[in-house]
Amino acid sequence: MTDYWNALAGGMLIGLSAAVLMLATGRVAGISGIAGRLLQGVQPVAGGAFVVGLAFGPVLFRLLSGQWPEVTLTASWPILVIGGFLVGFGSRLGSGCTSGHGVVGLARLSKRSIMAVATFMSAAILTVYVMGFFA
Amino acid sequence: MTNGNYLRVVATLVSGVIFGFGLSLSGMLDPARVRGFLDVARDWNPSLAFVLGGAVAVAAIGVVVARRMRRPLFDERFHAPTARVIDRRLITGSAIFGIGWGMVGLCPGPALASLSLGLPATLLFVAAMFAGMAVHDRPGVARAWLQKSPRDAGRAT
Repeated sequence: MTDYWNALAGGMLIGLSAAVLMLATGRVAGISGIAGRLLQGVQPVAGGAFVVGLAFGPVLFRLLSGQWPEVTLTASWPILVIGGFLVGFGSRLGSGCTSGHGVVGLARLSKRSIMAVATFMSAAILTVYVMGFFA
Repeated sequence: MTNGNYLRVVATLVSGVIFGFGLSLSGMLDPARVRGFLDVARDWNPSLAFVLGGAVAVAAIGVVVARRMRRPLFDERFHAPTARVIDRRLITGSAIFGIGWGMVGLCPGPALASLSLGLPATLLFVAAMFAGMAVHDRPGVARAWLQKSPRDAGRAT
């Protein structure tokens, strides 16, 4: 049950973060866009500030709760490398990921984002389904 | 740095901290749980649906407020995405992203946020993720890292 409350509260904070960024700076909280721009030296200060804040989030969680967030990452290194590459390339080609299309795009009722979310959710569900036969 | 610029960076930093904390609280940092959420055919863990639901609901309030403002607090204008067309790039890119997300259970936000936990596996994933981004954005990355010529702005996301 706690899982559900934490999921809801955490999700609402993610939405709050997106609202703060939009109302203060007029920008979409899309992590793949921020990371992609950083890589190209575009808006390095803003992008750097966001990523530093993002990485500080778990540290703040540790300070407040006394424990690190749970991370169980058992993927083999080839899976990590291929998966990471596909996440990076695909999110740039599709102009967004779970945050930009998933959170802000859906909140804006953007047709492009609705299509993107339907596509990446289906692809991810199918991938987990297929990989389950080889586990 | 002018005052508006300074406030903009502070707001961006605060937004990043809230985002990273929200991810930590929600369970999204845990690839095993994310893959459990995506595993609808077997042992489905639906809790992460509440993350997206809560996030979209609160972000939507932000969108409603933003539409009533002429400009954001610390910038001249809103930088809303301009693309309107549902094209092959959007679909293919989203599908490729979804396959990678399903393989590992990490998307860009949680991957970058969990860097602070110092796990080698996360570091490897993030390095590969940046490589994938760099391959897609070759011209801009080359301009930024290999040449000293003045660069123009990259494509808007």
